[in-house]
Amino acid sequence: MSAGGAPGAAPAAIPDGHSSRGRLEAILRRGEFAVTAELSPPDSADPEEVYELAKVFDGWVDGINATDGSGANCHMSSVGICALLTRVGYAPIMQISCRDRNRIAIQGDVLGAAAMGVQNILCLTGDGVQAGDQPGAKPVFDLDCMSLLETVRDMRENRRFLSGRPISTPPQVFIGGAINPFAPPYGFRPLRLKKKIEAGAQFVQSQYCYDIPMLETYMQRVRDLGLHEQCFILIGVGPLASARAAKWIRSNVPGVHIPDSVIDRLDGAEKQKAEGKKLCVELIQQIREIEGVAGIHLMAYRQEEAVAEIIETSGVLKDRKPWRPGDAT
Amino acid sequence: MAKVFRPFHPKTAYVPEGTSPERRIAAKYSIRLWCVRWARLLEWLYNTFAEMLLGLHPLWNAIGYGRVERPMKFVERRVKEFMFDCRMCGQCVLSSTGMSCPMNCPKSLRNGPCGGVRADGNCEVEPDMPCVWVQAWEGSQRMRASDQILTVQKPVDQSLRETSAWLRSTAAKAAERRDAAEPAAGGEGTS
Ligand code: SF4
Repeated sequence: MSAGGAPGAAPAAIPDGHSSRGRLEAILRRGEFAVTAELSPPDSADPEEVYELAKVFDGWVDGINATDGSGANCHMSSVGICALLTRVGYAPIMQISCRDRNRIAIQGDVLGAAAMGVQNILCLTGDGVQAGDQPGAKPVFDLDCMSLLETVRDMRENRRFLSGRPISTPPQVFIGGAINPFAPPYGFRPLRLKKKIEAGAQFVQSQYCYDIPMLETYMQRVRDLGLHEQCFILIGVGPLASARAAKWIRSNVPGVHIPDSVIDRLDGAEKQKAEGKKLCVELIQQIREIEGVAGIHLMAYRQEEAVAEIIETSGVLKDRKPWRPGDAT
Repeated sequence: MAKVFRPFHPKTAYVPEGTSPERRIAAKYSIRLWCVRWARLLEWLYNTFAEMLLGLHPLWNAIGYGRVERPMKFVERRVKEFMFDCRMCGQCVLSSTGMSCPMNCPKSLRNGPCGGVRADGNCEVEPDMPCVWVQAWEGSQRMRASDQILTVQKPVDQSLRETSAWLRSTAAKAAERRDAAEPAAGGEGTS
Protein backbone atom coordinates (compact mmCIF):
# COMPACT_ATOMS: atom_id res chain seq x y z
CA MET A 1 0.00 0.00 0.00
CA SER A 2 2.88 2.36 0.55
CA ALA A 3 3.40 5.03 -2.06
CA GLY A 4 1.03 3.30 -4.43
CA GLY A 5 3.31 0.26 -4.70
CA ALA A 6 6.69 -0.18 -6.29
CA PRO A 7 6.95 0.86 -9.93
CA GLY A 8 5.66 -1.91 -12.13
CA ALA A 9 4.12 -3.94 -9.30
CA ALA A 10 0.41 -4.57 -9.55
CA PRO A 11 -1.48 -2.78 -6.78
CA ALA A 12 -3.25 -4.90 -4.17
CA ALA A 13 -6.91 -5.64 -4.79
CA ILE A 14 -9.52 -3.40 -3.22
CA PRO A 15 -11.45 -5.27 -0.51
CA ASP A 16 -15.06 -6.05 -1.35
CA GLY A 17 -17.42 -3.20 -0.67
CA HIS A 18 -14.57 -0.75 -0.16
CA SER A 19 -13.77 2.27 -2.29
CA SER A 20 -10.10 2.43 -1.40
CA ARG A 21 -7.25 0.25 -0.23
CA GLY A 22 -6.83 2.51 2.77
CA ARG A 23 -6.55 1.57 6.42
CA LEU A 24 -8.91 4.29 7.59
CA GLU A 25 -11.77 2.93 5.52
CA ALA A 26 -10.99 -0.62 6.65
CA ILE A 27 -11.03 0.35 10.32
CA LEU A 28 -14.26 2.26 10.03
CA ARG A 29 -15.96 -0.50 8.09
CA ARG A 30 -14.86 -3.00 10.71
CA GLY A 31 -16.78 -0.92 13.21
CA GLU A 32 -13.77 0.15 15.28
CA PHE A 33 -13.72 3.55 16.92
CA ALA A 34 -11.37 5.51 14.67
CA VAL A 35 -8.99 8.28 15.63
CA THR A 36 -7.65 10.83 13.19
CA ALA A 37 -5.44 13.83 13.87
CA GLU A 38 -4.57 17.02 12.13
CA LEU A 39 -1.06 17.90 11.09
CA SER A 40 -0.22 21.59 10.81
CA PRO A 41 1.89 21.94 7.69
CA PRO A 42 5.28 23.62 8.09
CA ASP A 43 6.30 26.91 6.53
CA SER A 44 9.28 25.27 4.99
CA ALA A 45 10.46 23.19 2.06
CA ASP A 46 12.21 20.63 4.25
CA PRO A 47 10.63 17.14 4.12
CA GLU A 48 12.21 16.24 7.45
CA GLU A 49 9.99 18.80 9.14
CA VAL A 50 6.94 16.97 7.87
CA TYR A 51 8.24 13.65 9.16
CA GLU A 52 9.05 15.25 12.52
CA LEU A 53 5.48 16.53 12.78
CA ALA A 54 4.01 13.18 11.80
CA LYS A 55 6.15 11.25 14.27
CA VAL A 56 4.19 12.39 17.33
CA PHE A 57 1.16 10.52 16.00
CA ASP A 58 3.01 7.21 15.46
CA GLY A 59 0.98 4.34 16.81
CA TRP A 60 -1.89 6.56 17.95
CA VAL A 61 -3.96 7.55 14.95
CA ASP A 62 -5.60 5.88 11.96
CA GLY A 63 -5.30 8.82 9.64
CA ILE A 64 -3.47 12.13 9.44
CA ASN A 65 -5.21 15.15 7.98
CA ALA A 66 -2.96 17.33 5.87
CA THR A 67 -4.65 20.72 5.89
CA ASP A 68 -4.95 22.81 2.76
CA GLY A 69 -4.09 26.37 3.69
CA SER A 70 -6.36 26.20 6.71
CA GLY A 71 -7.48 29.50 8.15
CA ALA A 72 -6.50 30.90 4.74
CA ASN A 73 -2.86 30.93 5.79
CA CYS A 74 -0.13 29.91 3.41
CA HIS A 75 1.82 26.71 4.25
CA MET A 76 3.28 23.68 2.50
CA SER A 77 0.59 22.26 0.22
CA SER A 78 -1.65 19.41 1.23
CA VAL A 79 -0.76 17.35 -1.82
CA GLY A 80 2.95 17.81 -1.09
CA ILE A 81 2.60 16.65 2.49
CA CYS A 82 0.49 13.68 1.49
CA ALA A 83 3.03 12.64 -1.11
CA LEU A 84 5.75 12.71 1.56
CA LEU A 85 3.66 10.81 4.08
CA THR A 86 2.67 8.02 1.70
CA ARG A 87 6.36 7.33 1.02
CA VAL A 88 6.63 6.07 4.58
CA GLY A 89 3.28 4.32 4.51
CA TYR A 90 1.24 6.75 6.59
CA ALA A 91 -2.46 7.08 5.80
CA PRO A 92 -2.90 10.77 5.07
CA ILE A 93 -6.27 12.41 4.51
CA MET A 94 -5.75 15.03 1.86
CA GLN A 95 -7.86 18.12 2.42
CA ILE A 96 -8.99 20.02 -0.63
CA SER A 97 -10.44 23.46 -0.16
CA CYS A 98 -12.40 25.22 -2.88
CA ARG A 99 -10.95 28.57 -1.95
CA ASP A 100 -7.70 28.47 -3.87
CA ARG A 101 -8.17 26.36 -6.97
CA ASN A 102 -10.67 26.00 -9.75
CA ARG A 103 -12.15 22.78 -11.08
CA ILE A 104 -9.33 22.17 -13.53
CA ALA A 105 -6.64 22.36 -10.86
CA ILE A 106 -8.60 20.35 -8.30
CA GLN A 107 -9.37 17.41 -10.57
CA GLY A 108 -5.74 17.29 -11.61
CA ASP A 109 -4.68 17.23 -7.96
CA VAL A 110 -7.08 14.39 -7.20
CA LEU A 111 -5.49 12.24 -9.89
CA GLY A 112 -1.99 13.24 -8.84
CA ALA A 113 -2.66 12.51 -5.20
CA ALA A 114 -4.23 9.13 -5.93
CA ALA A 115 -1.21 8.26 -8.06
CA MET A 116 1.03 9.10 -5.10
CA GLY A 117 -0.88 6.63 -2.94
CA VAL A 118 -3.34 8.94 -1.22
CA GLN A 119 -6.39 6.92 -0.17
CA ASN A 120 -8.53 9.53 1.57
CA ILE A 121 -9.73 12.89 0.36
CA LEU A 122 -11.63 15.43 2.42
CA CYS A 123 -13.66 17.97 0.46
CA LEU A 124 -14.00 21.38 2.09
CA THR A 125 -15.33 24.80 1.25
CA GLY A 126 -12.44 26.53 2.98
CA ASP A 127 -12.21 29.58 5.21
CA GLY A 128 -12.61 32.98 3.58
CA VAL A 129 -9.41 34.75 2.58
CA GLN A 130 -10.16 37.51 5.09
CA ALA A 131 -9.29 35.08 7.90
CA GLY A 132 -5.68 34.50 6.92
CA ASP A 133 -2.35 36.13 6.34
CA GLN A 134 -3.14 37.12 2.75
CA PRO A 135 -6.47 38.94 2.83
CA GLY A 136 -5.72 40.45 -0.59
CA ALA A 137 -5.90 37.08 -2.35
CA LYS A 138 -8.56 36.33 -4.94
CA PRO A 139 -11.11 33.93 -3.47
CA VAL A 140 -11.73 31.29 -6.13
CA PHE A 141 -14.68 29.17 -4.91
CA ASP A 142 -15.29 27.80 -8.38
CA LEU A 143 -16.80 24.60 -6.96
CA ASP A 144 -18.42 24.37 -3.56
CA CYS A 145 -17.86 21.48 -1.17
CA MET A 146 -20.97 19.73 -2.44
CA SER A 147 -20.10 19.88 -6.13
CA LEU A 148 -16.53 18.95 -5.21
CA LEU A 149 -17.76 15.80 -3.46
CA GLU A 150 -19.85 14.94 -6.47
CA THR A 151 -16.99 15.57 -8.84
CA VAL A 152 -14.57 13.31 -6.97
CA ARG A 153 -17.16 10.58 -6.66
CA ASP A 154 -17.90 10.82 -10.35
CA MET A 155 -14.20 10.53 -11.13
CA ARG A 156 -14.01 7.38 -9.03
CA GLU A 157 -17.31 5.70 -9.90
CA ASN A 158 -17.96 6.78 -13.45
CA ARG A 159 -14.33 7.27 -14.49
CA ARG A 160 -14.83 10.69 -15.95
CA PHE A 161 -14.01 14.31 -15.36
CA LEU A 162 -16.65 16.91 -14.66
CA SER A 163 -16.65 17.60 -18.39
CA GLY A 164 -17.48 13.98 -19.16
CA ARG A 165 -14.06 13.21 -20.62
CA PRO A 166 -13.02 9.66 -19.61
CA ILE A 167 -10.32 8.74 -17.08
CA SER A 168 -8.47 5.49 -17.76
CA THR A 169 -7.58 4.60 -14.15
CA PRO A 170 -9.92 6.19 -11.63
CA PRO A 171 -8.72 7.54 -8.27
CA GLN A 172 -9.65 4.90 -5.68
CA VAL A 173 -10.23 7.20 -2.75
CA PHE A 174 -12.39 7.22 0.34
CA ILE A 175 -14.28 10.50 0.20
CA GLY A 176 -15.03 12.71 3.17
CA GLY A 177 -16.64 16.01 3.99
CA ALA A 178 -16.89 18.37 6.93
CA ILE A 179 -19.80 19.17 9.20
CA ASN A 180 -20.38 21.90 11.73
CA PRO A 181 -23.31 21.10 14.01
CA PHE A 182 -22.48 24.18 16.08
CA ALA A 183 -23.33 26.98 13.66
CA PRO A 184 -26.68 28.33 12.44
CA PRO A 185 -29.02 27.53 10.73
CA TYR A 186 -29.24 24.62 13.16
CA GLY A 187 -32.35 23.12 11.55
CA PHE A 188 -30.60 22.84 8.21
CA ARG A 189 -27.37 21.26 9.47
CA PRO A 190 -28.51 17.61 9.59
CA LEU A 191 -30.16 18.01 6.18
CA ARG A 192 -26.97 19.43 4.85
CA LEU A 193 -25.21 16.24 5.97
CA LYS A 194 -27.86 14.30 4.10
CA LYS A 195 -27.08 16.34 1.02
CA LYS A 196 -23.37 15.67 1.43
CA ILE A 197 -24.00 11.94 1.64
CA GLU A 198 -26.07 12.15 -1.52
CA ALA A 199 -23.22 14.01 -3.19
CA GLY A 200 -20.75 11.29 -2.24
CA ALA A 201 -19.47 11.76 1.33
CA GLN A 202 -18.57 8.43 2.95
CA PHE A 203 -17.17 9.91 6.13
CA VAL A 204 -17.35 13.34 7.73
CA GLN A 205 -15.20 15.13 10.28
CA SER A 206 -16.73 17.85 12.40
CA GLN A 207 -15.61 21.22 13.61
CA TYR A 208 -14.36 21.42 17.23
CA CYS A 209 -16.99 20.18 19.66
CA TYR A 210 -17.16 21.79 23.09
CA ASP A 211 -20.90 21.57 23.56
CA ILE A 212 -22.13 18.04 24.17
CA PRO A 213 -25.87 18.84 24.51
CA MET A 214 -25.77 20.61 21.16
CA LEU A 215 -24.04 17.62 19.59
CA GLU A 216 -26.63 15.30 21.10
CA THR A 217 -29.47 17.29 19.56
CA TYR A 218 -27.75 17.17 16.20
CA MET A 219 -27.02 13.46 16.43
CA GLN A 220 -30.58 12.73 17.45
CA ARG A 221 -31.79 14.29 14.23
CA VAL A 222 -29.07 12.51 12.27
CA ARG A 223 -30.19 9.18 13.69
CA ASP A 224 -33.83 9.98 12.94
CA LEU A 225 -32.83 10.51 9.32
CA GLY A 226 -30.77 7.30 9.40
CA LEU A 227 -27.68 9.17 8.26
CA HIS A 228 -25.29 7.53 10.74
CA GLU A 229 -25.79 4.28 8.85
CA GLN A 230 -24.85 5.82 5.53
CA CYS A 231 -21.74 7.67 6.55
CA PHE A 232 -19.04 7.51 9.26
CA ILE A 233 -19.19 10.48 11.57
CA LEU A 234 -16.00 11.63 13.28
CA ILE A 235 -16.32 14.40 15.83
CA GLY A 236 -13.64 17.06 16.12
CA VAL A 237 -11.98 17.72 19.46
CA GLY A 238 -8.96 19.64 20.66
CA PRO A 239 -7.32 20.78 23.88
CA LEU A 240 -7.63 24.45 24.77
CA ALA A 241 -4.40 25.97 26.09
CA SER A 242 -6.02 28.55 28.38
CA ALA A 243 -9.15 30.57 28.95
CA ARG A 244 -7.58 33.46 27.08
CA ALA A 245 -6.78 31.29 24.09
CA ALA A 246 -10.32 29.93 24.15
CA LYS A 247 -11.81 33.40 24.08
CA TRP A 248 -9.52 34.39 21.28
CA ILE A 249 -10.39 31.31 19.22
CA ARG A 250 -14.07 31.87 19.82
CA SER A 251 -13.99 35.35 18.40
CA ASN A 252 -11.35 34.93 15.71
CA VAL A 253 -11.56 31.44 14.23
CA PRO A 254 -14.58 31.08 11.96
CA GLY A 255 -17.18 28.55 13.04
CA VAL A 256 -15.88 27.55 16.47
CA HIS A 257 -18.46 27.57 19.23
CA ILE A 258 -17.16 27.49 22.82
CA PRO A 259 -19.77 27.85 25.57
CA ASP A 260 -19.12 30.19 28.50
CA SER A 261 -19.14 27.25 30.92
CA VAL A 262 -16.01 25.87 29.26
CA ILE A 263 -14.22 29.20 29.51
CA ASP A 264 -15.25 29.63 33.15
CA ARG A 265 -13.97 26.18 33.96
CA LEU A 266 -10.58 26.94 32.42
CA ASP A 267 -10.50 30.32 34.11
CA GLY A 268 -11.10 28.75 37.49
CA ALA A 269 -8.41 26.14 37.09
CA GLU A 270 -4.97 26.52 38.60
CA LYS A 271 -3.14 24.87 35.73
CA GLN A 272 -5.15 25.92 32.73
CA LYS A 273 -3.22 23.89 30.18
CA ALA A 274 -3.62 20.67 32.17
CA GLU A 275 -7.28 21.46 32.68
CA GLY A 276 -7.65 21.96 28.93
CA LYS A 277 -6.29 18.49 28.30
CA LYS A 278 -8.49 17.01 31.00
CA LEU A 279 -11.52 18.67 29.46
CA CYS A 280 -10.57 17.28 26.06
CA VAL A 281 -10.32 13.75 27.47
CA GLU A 282 -13.71 14.10 29.13
CA LEU A 283 -15.26 15.35 25.90
CA ILE A 284 -13.85 12.38 24.01
CA GLN A 285 -15.28 9.98 26.55
CA GLN A 286 -18.69 11.61 26.35
CA ILE A 287 -18.63 11.72 22.56
CA ARG A 288 -17.73 8.03 22.36
CA GLU A 289 -20.96 7.18 24.16
CA ILE A 290 -23.19 8.95 21.63
CA GLU A 291 -24.87 6.56 19.26
CA GLY A 292 -23.86 7.01 15.67
CA VAL A 293 -20.41 8.48 16.30
CA ALA A 294 -17.74 6.47 14.49
CA GLY A 295 -14.64 8.17 15.82
CA ILE A 296 -12.90 11.35 16.78
CA HIS A 297 -10.74 13.83 14.93
CA LEU A 298 -8.10 15.47 17.09
CA MET A 299 -7.03 18.98 16.21
CA ALA A 300 -4.36 19.88 18.75
CA TYR A 301 -2.86 22.89 17.12
CA ARG A 302 0.51 23.74 18.71
CA GLN A 303 -0.10 21.01 21.27
CA GLU A 304 0.56 18.07 18.99
CA GLU A 305 2.81 16.50 21.60
CA ALA A 306 -0.27 16.13 23.82
CA VAL A 307 -2.13 13.95 21.31
CA ALA A 308 -0.69 10.63 22.48
CA GLU A 309 -1.38 11.44 26.10
CA ILE A 310 -4.96 12.51 25.41
CA ILE A 311 -5.75 9.42 23.37
CA GLU A 312 -4.15 7.14 25.92
CA THR A 313 -5.98 8.64 28.93
CA SER A 314 -9.30 8.66 27.11
CA GLY A 315 -8.96 4.93 26.44
CA VAL A 316 -10.84 5.12 23.13
CA LEU A 317 -8.47 2.77 21.36
CA LYS A 318 -9.02 0.04 23.94
CA ASP A 319 -6.29 -2.49 23.10
CA ARG A 320 -6.02 -1.57 19.47
CA LYS A 321 -2.65 -0.35 18.23
CA PRO A 322 -2.89 1.79 15.12
CA TRP A 323 -0.26 1.44 12.42
CA ARG A 324 3.19 2.87 12.97
CA PRO A 325 6.15 3.06 10.57
CA GLY A 326 7.77 -0.35 10.38
CA ASP A 327 4.51 -2.28 10.69
CA ALA A 328 3.23 -4.18 7.72
CA THR A 329 1.01 -1.99 5.56
CA MET B 1 -10.71 22.88 9.42
CA ALA B 2 -10.15 26.23 11.01
CA LYS B 3 -7.16 26.77 13.18
CA VAL B 4 -5.37 29.45 15.08
CA PHE B 5 -3.45 31.97 13.06
CA ARG B 6 -1.57 35.15 13.56
CA PRO B 7 -3.37 37.62 11.34
CA PHE B 8 -1.20 39.81 9.24
CA HIS B 9 -3.02 42.58 7.50
CA PRO B 10 -0.91 44.83 5.37
CA LYS B 11 -1.59 48.41 6.38
CA THR B 12 -2.47 50.68 3.54
CA ALA B 13 -3.00 54.37 3.88
CA TYR B 14 -6.71 54.43 3.17
CA VAL B 15 -9.22 51.63 3.12
CA PRO B 16 -12.81 52.69 2.50
CA GLU B 17 -15.27 51.18 4.89
CA GLY B 18 -17.23 48.10 3.95
CA THR B 19 -15.06 46.81 1.14
CA SER B 20 -14.73 43.12 0.65
CA PRO B 21 -13.36 40.74 -1.96
CA GLU B 22 -16.87 40.56 -3.39
CA ARG B 23 -18.07 44.08 -3.76
CA ARG B 24 -21.55 44.43 -2.39
CA ILE B 25 -24.05 46.12 -4.58
CA ALA B 26 -26.30 46.89 -1.67
CA ALA B 27 -25.38 49.02 1.26
CA LYS B 28 -28.41 47.70 3.09
CA TYR B 29 -30.01 44.37 2.73
CA SER B 30 -33.58 45.41 3.41
CA ILE B 31 -35.13 44.56 0.04
CA ARG B 32 -33.29 41.30 -0.16
CA LEU B 33 -34.53 40.37 3.31
CA TRP B 34 -38.05 41.47 2.44
CA CYS B 35 -38.05 39.04 -0.50
CA VAL B 36 -37.09 36.21 1.79
CA ARG B 37 -39.86 37.14 4.18
CA TRP B 38 -42.36 37.03 1.34
CA ALA B 39 -40.81 33.98 -0.28
CA ARG B 40 -44.12 32.17 -0.57
CA LEU B 41 -45.81 35.03 -2.39
CA LEU B 42 -42.82 35.49 -4.65
CA GLU B 43 -42.75 31.78 -5.38
CA TRP B 44 -46.29 32.01 -6.63
CA LEU B 45 -45.56 35.18 -8.61
CA TYR B 46 -42.48 33.62 -10.10
CA ASN B 47 -44.28 30.46 -11.14
CA THR B 48 -47.07 32.47 -12.72
CA PHE B 49 -44.56 34.61 -14.54
CA ALA B 50 -42.64 31.56 -15.74
CA GLU B 51 -45.88 30.08 -17.07
CA MET B 52 -46.55 33.31 -18.90
CA LEU B 53 -43.10 33.34 -20.48
CA LEU B 54 -43.60 29.74 -21.49
CA GLY B 55 -46.97 30.59 -22.98
CA LEU B 56 -45.23 33.18 -25.10
CA HIS B 57 -42.75 30.63 -26.39
CA PRO B 58 -44.19 30.73 -29.94
CA LEU B 59 -43.63 34.47 -29.94
CA TRP B 60 -40.01 34.17 -28.75
CA ASN B 61 -39.51 31.48 -31.31
CA ALA B 62 -40.92 33.67 -34.08
CA ILE B 63 -38.74 36.61 -33.18
CA GLY B 64 -35.79 34.33 -32.46
CA TYR B 65 -34.50 33.69 -28.96
CA GLY B 66 -31.19 35.23 -29.88
CA ARG B 67 -32.86 38.54 -30.67
CA VAL B 68 -34.97 38.58 -27.52
CA GLU B 69 -31.92 37.93 -25.37
CA ARG B 70 -30.74 41.54 -25.10
CA PRO B 71 -34.00 43.24 -24.13
CA MET B 72 -34.95 40.35 -21.87
CA LYS B 73 -31.58 40.49 -20.13
CA PHE B 74 -32.01 44.23 -19.68
CA VAL B 75 -35.31 43.77 -17.87
CA GLU B 76 -34.25 40.70 -15.96
CA ARG B 77 -31.13 42.37 -14.66
CA ARG B 78 -32.94 45.50 -13.47
CA VAL B 79 -35.68 43.55 -11.74
CA LYS B 80 -33.54 40.92 -10.10
CA GLU B 81 -30.79 43.32 -9.12
CA PHE B 82 -33.32 45.48 -7.37
CA MET B 83 -35.07 42.62 -5.60
CA PHE B 84 -32.41 40.00 -4.90
CA ASP B 85 -29.08 41.78 -5.48
CA CYS B 86 -28.81 39.38 -8.42
CA ARG B 87 -25.34 38.74 -9.89
CA MET B 88 -26.55 37.47 -13.27
CA CYS B 89 -24.98 34.06 -12.95
CA GLY B 90 -27.35 33.00 -15.73
CA GLN B 91 -28.48 29.85 -13.93
CA CYS B 92 -31.08 31.07 -11.51
CA VAL B 93 -31.75 28.81 -8.52
CA LEU B 94 -33.81 31.25 -6.42
CA SER B 95 -36.70 28.82 -6.22
CA SER B 96 -34.42 26.27 -4.55
CA THR B 97 -32.83 28.75 -2.20
CA GLY B 98 -35.75 30.40 -0.45
CA MET B 99 -35.56 33.43 -2.76
CA SER B 100 -32.17 34.35 -1.29
CA CYS B 101 -29.63 34.72 -4.11
CA PRO B 102 -26.70 32.38 -3.35
CA MET B 103 -24.35 34.36 -5.55
CA ASN B 104 -24.30 36.99 -2.80
CA CYS B 105 -22.52 34.48 -0.60
CA PRO B 106 -18.86 35.59 -0.62
CA LYS B 107 -17.94 31.95 -1.16
CA SER B 108 -20.50 31.53 -3.99
CA LEU B 109 -21.93 28.48 -2.24
CA ARG B 110 -24.89 26.99 -4.10
CA ASN B 111 -25.59 24.09 -1.78
CA GLY B 112 -25.96 25.41 1.73
CA PRO B 113 -24.13 27.37 4.40
CA CYS B 114 -20.43 27.05 5.13
CA GLY B 115 -19.26 26.14 8.61
CA GLY B 116 -18.33 29.69 9.45
CA VAL B 117 -21.76 31.24 9.98
CA ARG B 118 -21.66 33.44 13.08
CA ALA B 119 -23.77 32.66 16.12
CA ASP B 120 -25.96 35.68 15.33
CA GLY B 121 -26.65 34.32 11.85
CA ASN B 122 -24.37 36.74 10.07
CA CYS B 123 -21.74 35.94 7.47
CA GLU B 124 -18.25 34.79 8.35
CA VAL B 125 -16.64 36.89 5.66
CA GLU B 126 -18.84 39.96 6.03
CA PRO B 127 -19.86 40.32 9.64
CA ASP B 128 -22.49 42.95 8.84
CA MET B 129 -24.34 40.91 6.26
CA PRO B 130 -26.93 38.31 7.28
CA CYS B 131 -25.69 34.94 5.98
CA VAL B 132 -27.31 34.30 2.63
CA TRP B 133 -27.92 30.69 3.58
CA VAL B 134 -29.47 31.36 6.96
CA GLN B 135 -31.92 33.50 4.99
CA ALA B 136 -32.30 30.84 2.33
CA TRP B 137 -33.19 28.23 4.92
CA GLU B 138 -35.84 30.49 6.45
CA GLY B 139 -37.24 31.46 3.07
CA SER B 140 -37.38 27.87 1.86
CA GLN B 141 -39.41 26.87 4.90
CA ARG B 142 -42.05 29.40 3.89
CA MET B 143 -42.31 28.06 0.38
CA ARG B 144 -44.49 25.35 -1.04
CA ALA B 145 -41.55 23.57 -2.61
CA SER B 146 -39.70 23.69 0.68
CA ASP B 147 -37.63 20.58 -0.02
CA GLN B 148 -36.07 21.95 -3.17
CA ILE B 149 -33.27 23.29 -1.02
CA LEU B 150 -32.14 19.66 -0.66
CA THR B 151 -31.35 19.30 -4.34
CA VAL B 152 -27.63 19.04 -4.97
CA GLN B 153 -26.83 21.87 -7.37
CA LYS B 154 -24.24 21.52 -10.09
CA PRO B 155 -21.35 23.99 -10.17
CA VAL B 156 -22.01 27.29 -11.92
CA ASP B 157 -21.25 27.24 -15.61
CA GLN B 158 -19.15 30.38 -15.80
CA SER B 159 -19.65 30.64 -19.54
CA LEU B 160 -23.35 31.38 -18.98
CA ARG B 161 -22.73 34.43 -16.80
CA GLU B 162 -24.42 37.63 -17.92
CA THR B 163 -27.09 35.82 -19.90
CA SER B 164 -30.82 35.65 -19.33
CA ALA B 165 -31.82 32.78 -17.07
CA TRP B 166 -35.48 33.47 -17.75
CA LEU B 167 -35.14 32.84 -21.45
CA ARG B 168 -32.96 29.80 -21.03
CA SER B 169 -35.34 28.10 -18.61
CA THR B 170 -38.29 28.99 -20.84
CA ALA B 171 -36.59 27.45 -23.85
CA ALA B 172 -35.64 24.39 -21.83
CA LYS B 173 -39.18 23.92 -20.57
CA ALA B 174 -40.61 24.39 -24.06
CA ALA B 175 -38.28 21.74 -25.39
CA GLU B 176 -39.22 19.43 -22.55
CA ARG B 177 -42.86 19.91 -23.29
CA ARG B 178 -42.34 19.26 -26.99
CA ASP B 179 -40.41 16.07 -26.26
CA ALA B 180 -43.13 14.92 -23.91
CA ALA B 181 -45.79 15.59 -26.55
CA GLU B 182 -44.05 13.59 -29.27
CA PRO B 183 -42.12 10.84 -27.53
CA ALA B 184 -41.79 8.95 -30.81
CA ALA B 185 -39.64 11.72 -32.25
CA GLY B 186 -37.25 11.25 -29.27
CA GLY B 187 -34.09 13.27 -29.52
CA GLU B 188 -32.74 15.77 -27.04
CA GLY B 189 -34.36 19.17 -27.13
CA THR B 190 -31.83 21.79 -27.98
CA SER B 191 -32.45 25.01 -26.20
S1 SF4 C 1 -21.49 32.69 6.30
FE1 SF4 C 1 -23.14 32.36 4.83
S2 SF4 C 1 -22.97 34.03 3.33
FE2 SF4 C 1 -21.07 33.99 4.52
S3 SF4 C 1 -19.67 32.73 3.32
FE3 SF4 C 1 -20.65 31.32 4.76
S4 SF4 C 1 -22.47 30.56 3.69
FE4 SF4 C 1 -21.74 32.33 2.52
